[in-house]
Amino acid sequence: MDFAHSLGLTAPEVFLSLSGLVLTLVAAWGGRSSARLATVLAVSALVGAMVITLGQFGSDANGEAFGGLYRADAFSSFAKVLIYIATIACLAVTPKFFVRGNEYRPEYPLLMLFGAIGMGLMVSATDLMTLYIGLELSSLSSYVLASFARSDERSAEAGLKYFVLGALASGILLYGMSLVYGFAGSTSYTMIRPAFDGTLGMGALFGVIFMLAGLAFKISAVPFHMWTPDVYEGAPTPVTAFFASAPKVAAITMTTRVTIEAFGHQSDAWRQIVIFAALASIVVGALGAIGQSNIKRLLAYSSINNVGFILIGLAAGTVAGASAMLVYLTIYVVMSVGSFVAVLMLRDTDGNQVETISDMAGLSQTKPLLAWCLLFLMLSLAGIPPLFGFWGKFVVFQAAVQANLVILAALGIAASVIGAYYYLMIGKVMFFDEPADVVQAKGDLQHWVVLGVATLFVSPLGYLLTKPLGALAGRAASALFQIG
Amino acid sequence: MGGFPILSMMLLVPFIGAVICMFVDAKPARQVALAATLIDLAFGVLLWLNYDIGGAQWQFTERAPLFAGFNYALGIDGIALLLIVLSVFLMPICILASWDSIQKRVGEYMAAFLFMETLMIGVFSAQDLFLFYIFFEAGLIPMYLIIGIWGGANRIYASYKFFLYTLLGSVVMLIAMLWMVNASGTTDIPTLMNYDFPVQAQTWLWLAFFASFAVKMPMWPVHTWLPDAHVQAPTAGSVILAGVLLKMGGYGFIRFSLPMFPEASAHFAWLIYILSMAAVVITSLIALVQHDMKKLIAYSSVAHMAIVTVGLFSFNQQGLEGSMVVMLSHGLVSGALFLCVGVIYDRLHTREIDRYGGLAINMPKYALFFLLFTMASIGLPGTSGFVGEFLSLVGIYKVSSLVTLICTTGIILGAAYMLYLYRRVAFGEQTNADAASMVDLDLREWLMLGPIALAVLWMGVYPESFIAPIRQDIAALDARLARAAPAGDARIVTGTPRAKAANSMPEGGHSAKAETVTEGKH
Repeated sequence: MDFAHSLGLTAPEVFLSLSGLVLTLVAAWGGRSSARLATVLAVSALVGAMVITLGQFGSDANGEAFGGLYRADAFSSFAKVLIYIATIACLAVTPKFFVRGNEYRPEYPLLMLFGAIGMGLMVSATDLMTLYIGLELSSLSSYVLASFARSDERSAEAGLKYFVLGALASGILLYGMSLVYGFAGSTSYTMIRPAFDGTLGMGALFGVIFMLAGLAFKISAVPFHMWTPDVYEGAPTPVTAFFASAPKVAAITMTTRVTIEAFGHQSDAWRQIVIFAALASIVVGALGAIGQSNIKRLLAYSSINNVGFILIGLAAGTVAGASAMLVYLTIYVVMSVGSFVAVLMLRDTDGNQVETISDMAGLSQTKPLLAWCLLFLMLSLAGIPPLFGFWGKFVVFQAAVQANLVILAALGIAASVIGAYYYLMIGKVMFFDEPADVVQAKGDLQHWVVLGVATLFVSPLGYLLTKPLGALAGRAASALFQIG
Repeated sequence: MGGFPILSMMLLVPFIGAVICMFVDAKPARQVALAATLIDLAFGVLLWLNYDIGGAQWQFTERAPLFAGFNYALGIDGIALLLIVLSVFLMPICILASWDSIQKRVGEYMAAFLFMETLMIGVFSAQDLFLFYIFFEAGLIPMYLIIGIWGGANRIYASYKFFLYTLLGSVVMLIAMLWMVNASGTTDIPTLMNYDFPVQAQTWLWLAFFASFAVKMPMWPVHTWLPDAHVQAPTAGSVILAGVLLKMGGYGFIRFSLPMFPEASAHFAWLIYILSMAAVVITSLIALVQHDMKKLIAYSSVAHMAIVTVGLFSFNQQGLEGSMVVMLSHGLVSGALFLCVGVIYDRLHTREIDRYGGLAINMPKYALFFLLFTMASIGLPGTSGFVGEFLSLVGIYKVSSLVTLICTTGIILGAAYMLYLYRRVAFGEQTNADAASMVDLDLREWLMLGPIALAVLWMGVYPESFIAPIRQDIAALDARLARAAPAGDARIVTGTPRAKAANSMPEGGHSAKAETVTEGKH
């Protein structure tokens, strides 16, 4: 257990932290004019971290660092690559977005970078302390990012709301962690696992439940989802795209690791909670979206809905289930980044954001390419074949059926039909209604590139990726189950 | 076909056509669409000519391990062959039908149709369970757009209803498919067709598949999406809907429910009978009181599909063959009837029956075609409708005379509503001046209706051409179903046969006969 070995394993985070410190200096001395430079540097830092992570994934380097606080394995590498890609995509579309208000400052890429470090820690955490530090690092960055558009009242409100509720959730999580520590005698997953063997005492059970409640807030699963629509609506659109992608990957993979590794022997205790959260998220996410007139709020409910499907994979509690979650997450990240980028390309003649759904009427006649891309993304989110979003649902339900959760799968998929309604509504507004002629999208190159890649990914061509994606996710998932 | 991937080509041609249509203007889009569908028709003819009747059960098979979890596997038997030929036959006609009537967003319209064609061929030729599902479900998207963008006044409600209704039916089927694959360890449809699932599980699986196919079929009481969708869809959309999409339900029963779950099928046969009997009587009566031509034909479709379901669940060769012929015939006839409605709708822009009248005077050629298809829909001998309905009813008569009795009323009621429709549209006084001044069929309309009329007569006069390719497959299915087939209620008592035939001559020929006669005289 030498120090160099630990540093080697944590190389992506170490590299990102050093880059973050350099960026801080750049931002401090360069001032506002260095924003572009800072963005480019942040993107290159993330690319660097991704290369390191891919190297670790390729060489199958895994092991525990710093006495079991941190673990690098295929699972964490997979999640980290996904997080870095999502962050890069969000960073790439941001500068153009803020051009009009002239609000873009070098702190933005910096915060994203620190958020990425926190998320990396979250997915690699094998100790409750590391988990909490990573979570807070990413959350604090997120709070500031949510209120980044300082002149916009809604943005400030979103940041405040996110902070207050996030702090509450962290409190609940900490309380659960303290109970778990009290009953297990350790904060390390490897120690909690044997301690929580056999029947679970009432106190320990409370600890598990409180921890899951806190985590459910972070992944915005029902019944801890209330903040999501408000924050997603208020935050600047590129930030919303970020919230819907990278932190979600981190929080979900972190939850998976905690439940499978630390509470692996208590699957009966958490499974019913996860099943409830999954079904409730699917139904509430679908029903809540129906009445929305703001596209960002609608996408917020859509993300709640999608988290429900991902949790079905967790409820299966098998290697196939975990692998299905990773596949779903990958597809989901692409779909949600793509949708939000399409949304941020919607601007009226004065260059203001168009967020009202009715203003998108007849988009297929005024901006056909944008409308088709958005239609593909929406139907993909609804999980209609032959679009690639179907594949995510397919693997998740396959895992559930293999784990003998047929009823859960049947209920979940039946509820997905409710969700299809509002995705179709977007299609209806764009394609069937008479043009409202509000949107004057003049997309920038970066936006079109990200949107184009996302659309190609969800198109039927995506199915050609099923083999490599399945193999990688399978390797990552089995790494999770090697412990104990 | 010596390794030429003809099925893949048939999928690819319309797909490429669709992509081209998306990016070109109205005029070239029409031409590209027509060309693509005609090429596919040529492939279809080639497919039929090269199909080896009595050869291997699955022909033109292709297989490529492209995806994780399922395969790209294609192949057809006689049943799929005929349905594919029906699809490619109707497609160019649909394009012609939309030639002038669709004026806005032509490129997207043609693209949706060509994409639809790819998916239909895919459904009938998929040999992998999940590949089938993807094609089956994907058909919702182009149809949703076709109804929603180019449909009538109430198109948005209809498009939603169509989409959500059919989606809810199919998602349950997906779970059943996942279970089946988990239990049997294969996604290969031919293998699954001979896999014996536990009887207990069959019940649930059958119900899940039923949920999907009953909606697609559509069976009473989940048929209500159909009249809405038909009425609101543009003419060509209705043709494809009635001609091919409804056949997916019947194809599903014949390909999945029956061979994969024979015991459950027998167990639930009564359910099918009850729903079918209800459908025949109720929807026929509803059709009788319609004022909207398309709605009338839509309800008649539900009644005809009910004959298909009873035929399928009669568990014998006649019933199964009859159902297939009814499906093919209905595909042609109802498609043609919708085209007939479209022809006059294009001229007067109303589907209200009362706005027409006496068309036989100013549009005699049109009236002739309309009469032919009306008669085919009723099931007049000599037309395709008769062959299928007769065989289906013979099949079900072996099982239950009551069901036959009630289903046969469908033919009488069918004659009633179709003749009533025809009388009001084509005969009588020319009360409406604008209807009386409409011109007769032009060349394009001849090209649409003529081929269908020929096919209807061909199928009516010499059905063997259509039954021969499916005979072996139906026999195989019948053999598989034999162990579960319900006993008939006819209780035929076979007496001991006479030693000699009733008209047999006594020994010795004429002389002997003469002797007996003389003996009798004594």
